Amino acid sequence: MTVHQRDWQSFVTPAKDGAVHMDLAVDGITCAACMGEIERGLKRLPGIKTARVNLTSERLAVDWVEDQTGADEIIAELSRLGYTAHPFDPASQKDRQDKTGKQLLRCLAVAGFAGMNIMLLSVSVWSGNGTDITPETRDFFHWLSALIALPTVAYAGRPFINSAFRALSAGRLNMDVPIVIGVGMAVALSVVQTIQHHHHAYYESAVMLLFFLLIGRYLDHNMRGRTRSFAENIAALKAEVAARINPDGSIREIPLSKVATGDLVLVSGGERVPVDGVVENGISEIDQSLVTGESVLVPVKQGQRVYAGTMNGAGALQVRVEAASGATLLDEVNRLLETASQAKSKYVRIADRAAQLYAPLVHGAAGLTFLGWLLAGLDWQPALVISISVLIITCPCALGLAVPAVQVVVSGQLFKAGILVNSGDAIERLSDVDTILFDKTGTLTLPEPELCQDIDPTDPVIELAGRLALASRHPLSTAFVKSTSALIPLSDVTEVSGSGLEAQIEGKCLRLGSPVFCGARPSDVQKKLSENPGASLLAIQLGEEPVRLLAFKQSLRPDAKSVIDHLKNQGYELEILSGDTNPSVEDCAQALRVDRWQSGMSPSDKIVRLEELKAIGRKVLMVGDGLNDAPALAGAHVSLSPVSAVHLSQAAADAVFLGNNLQPILDALRLSKRARKAIEQNLWISAIYNLVAVPIAVAGFVTPLMAAVAMSASSLAVTGNALRLRLGNKGTNARHQLFTNAQISKSGQ
Amino acid sequence: MDVLIFLIPIALLLGALGLVAFLWSLKSGQYDDLEGAKWRILEDDDLPDQKDEQ
Repeated sequence: MTVHQRDWQSFVTPAKDGAVHMDLAVDGITCAACMGEIERGLKRLPGIKTARVNLTSERLAVDWVEDQTGADEIIAELSRLGYTAHPFDPASQKDRQDKTGKQLLRCLAVAGFAGMNIMLLSVSVWSGNGTDITPETRDFFHWLSALIALPTVAYAGRPFINSAFRALSAGRLNMDVPIVIGVGMAVALSVVQTIQHHHHAYYESAVMLLFFLLIGRYLDHNMRGRTRSFAENIAALKAEVAARINPDGSIREIPLSKVATGDLVLVSGGERVPVDGVVENGISEIDQSLVTGESVLVPVKQGQRVYAGTMNGAGALQVRVEAASGATLLDEVNRLLETASQAKSKYVRIADRAAQLYAPLVHGAAGLTFLGWLLAGLDWQPALVISISVLIITCPCALGLAVPAVQVVVSGQLFKAGILVNSGDAIERLSDVDTILFDKTGTLTLPEPELCQDIDPTDPVIELAGRLALASRHPLSTAFVKSTSALIPLSDVTEVSGSGLEAQIEGKCLRLGSPVFCGARPSDVQKKLSENPGASLLAIQLGEEPVRLLAFKQSLRPDAKSVIDHLKNQGYELEILSGDTNPSVEDCAQALRVDRWQSGMSPSDKIVRLEELKAIGRKVLMVGDGLNDAPALAGAHVSLSPVSAVHLSQAAADAVFLGNNLQPILDALRLSKRARKAIEQNLWISAIYNLVAVPIAVAGFVTPLMAAVAMSASSLAVTGNALRLRLGNKGTNARHQLFTNAQISKSGQ
Repeated sequence: MDVLIFLIPIALLLGALGLVAFLWSLKSGQYDDLEGAKWRILEDDDLPDQKDEQ
């Protein structure tokens, strides 16, 4: 963390009664005790009105009176209690109140209570029809039911009516179209039958149908809300802020969304560059691996462009924020991203594909029933009643639950395995995959570099150099410190920006930095580089002793080898597409025994390769983390991204996985296959139900009681089948552990 | 059957009451944190009553 003061005004939002409100992601809330401790601790501060921990989303909401206490005191109090907290950027937290979730719950409640009351009346009518109910009483009960059902359908049916309307106006068919037609028909028919003093009305079917479907919708929404809020927490913990240099020279940390074009931003050594812009002042080296895929450090100086997501080396830079313009890499990426995501939106979800098949079939069957009965000599009105009852009994209650029920269960399991799914249909698409493309840097390899060869930590020169390295936040020095486990920094260190560090040890000069800075002979440098192709070099020089050269490389993720082997055994085609230079990609491909690899790929090269594979009918899973992968992530059939990826790539990917391992990729593929199977089973269950129910309805034997029982039974069967998925797979609750790992790797950067 | 005149309004009223109670609980933020609520009952200290802030 940097030492700049945060501009808290950017993080708080006004609340009622002159108070202010702030939401924080709190790291380390694990149990109920933490909750009480935090809430009580904060209440002791003056001016705090409410402090409430949400254990579900691991967040803290604080309201306080602004002139009595400050956000700094709140954060200080939290850290005194042992918790680190990061405020949310109010702009990035779009849906704090979760409006859709509450809307769905309200609809669900209305449908539920209305359904209960209508059922009360319906059961009386059903039993009365068998005994001696008077027609007046029956009509009265039917009118009462209508009185409850009509407003209920109008209110609780809105989520479906809106969605069906949107689909139809876009010229598509989705699952909600037959649902709306079925429910609408059921209510309309019931009103007509009530007016005509019939024995039967279908009010309870219509309302119960909505109730069941709303349960599915709510579960689906809840599951996605949970992964979304978790992803937002990670984003807040990553602290996506920028240090803005105000015109008066003061430096304030503000959320990224408040940075404007033309602002001057300070990027300290060892920090990620938060914005795209031009260097106004300072020299440093930039690790662009996240952007270009190349693992070599690039020197930057005044007038050069730097990109968001790259890692700054040792020097401090002042960067003038620029709107993306001209032929820059970011523009190229954005342009490719746009076209790529358009291609993806053509994917039609299984449920909608089923609806496209199902709707014409059912509506055709209803039409034929009407015609059939007319030809058989029935009057047009009873014939219409029978054909509408076909529509009611086939109303896709089970079909509407078939897919979401499975997706909810599987997303929960993926969540436990450390995979956060961005979109529900990603699970369907994952199950189609037959080819996997990997990016190298940051995906197959860990995001931070590591020493190529072992060093002797007891060697006095290495030990001194390690202590010297503590003074810098350059990625290579951080990696060097890790391998020497140095703890005590040297005093009187001078930093030569963009070159290295220097200190005086007993009259001798100790230097750590670039080979040129330490005066290494070019022939030695060449030799070292040919031994370790693609490595970055760090040099140490003590007095007049010969210069030592250390080679650093990005090492593979710990389980990369075994995961790749597993994937190969399971018959997936693997390929590495990297923006990095040849020797290091080849090394990596050989170490993992992946036969196909390509190096020096630009973002558009990756897209071209994707298109080639698409053209021969392959379904591609893209795994990547860099800015240069973002278009490919958006364009691939389905994509995964590690949590260390740049923001743009994470947004483009269908799912994000946590931790330092590649294991989640295996889990995601395995779970998605199981989900696909369960979805297909569920669709078959619904189809079989219809095969049985439709002939009965066509024959004109369906009573409201039958419709109600059949509908509930098929919904329960489908939900039960989805829940069965849980039995086979006891999810290892590794989420917290993975999260902790992600945190450790982050703080190590 | 005259008793229906009393019973049906009573039944509807009870139903509506339940619905209103649920909507109130939803509005006051009682469904925001299902995880924490089960632990809060175990707290026996004298925290002053929390008003809804969501």
